[in-house]
Amino acid sequence: MGIISRGFGGRRRDSAPDLPPGQYLTHDFPVLSAGPTPRIPLDRWSLTITTEAGQKHTWNWAELTALPSEEITKDIHCVTKWSKLGTTWKGVSLDTLFEDVETAADYVMAHSKGGYTTNIPLEDLLDGQAWIAYEFDGEPLDPEHGGPARLLVPHLYFWKSAKWVNGLEMMHEDEPGFWEAAGYHMYGDPWHEQRYQGD
Amino acid sequence: MELDGNALAGDLAEVFAIEMTSAGFTCAGCKHTGVVATLRVWTPVPGAVARCPSCGDVIFSLVRTPSRVYLTLTGTARLELPL
Repeated sequence: MGIISRGFGGRRRDSAPDLPPGQYLTHDFPVLSAGPTPRIPLDRWSLTITTEAGQKHTWNWAELTALPSEEITKDIHCVTKWSKLGTTWKGVSLDTLFEDVETAADYVMAHSKGGYTTNIPLEDLLDGQAWIAYEFDGEPLDPEHGGPARLLVPHLYFWKSAKWVNGLEMMHEDEPGFWEAAGYHMYGDPWHEQRYQGD
Repeated sequence: MELDGNALAGDLAEVFAIEMTSAGFTCAGCKHTGVVATLRVWTPVPGAVARCPSCGDVIFSLVRTPSRVYLTLTGTARLELPL
């Protein structure tokens, strides 16, 4: 036993300098779900952006994957305190999807197969900050991780990166999605540790 | 991880003064009635989500923070509590 106490710092976990406060590093990819995992055939997959005026822009799977794609390498941070660094994805930038969308609304509600929702400011989805991702680590995205395609907004806690996303609805006012209505933070910035309401 | 409503006994005991797993519920969506123990529960994190065993709609969610518990009765038309 060493002479110098390590103090009461708790069980020391694998740590890295790039972790937001309160996070620990994992090399796994934990699966967290609020319900059963939907299996969505590619020929029945679609994504619709609905403006505040009710105008709809819809892509099927062939149309989505025909759009210019990007290779994305980002750190991801789950509100349950795990972080995974340097994850690699392939997907379509939301800048591309919003190119022809005319909107004056500032907020978006992401909708998923199964009824999950999460709210995000539009400015957090543009300028190279968010994607519809359909590959992880060079492979098609597993259903357990949101496949065939999920929203990827890596600068916010990962509950904002809605699995099985099928709709983006423009809103003038910020309204809570599923976890936000259940006690989690409306914005969810991991670097400011915005986990719960009031943080 | 999917469990049944018995998994919520401890968390609900912190909120209610009675044993809740035998309490009745009515689903606001499909009107199914049953006892809390029969709910389909996804847990533990980011919170527990209890779904109707008949239609799959969310009956309630329970989120624990360091300082409070949020019980959100999303799809609960009625709770029937034994005295």
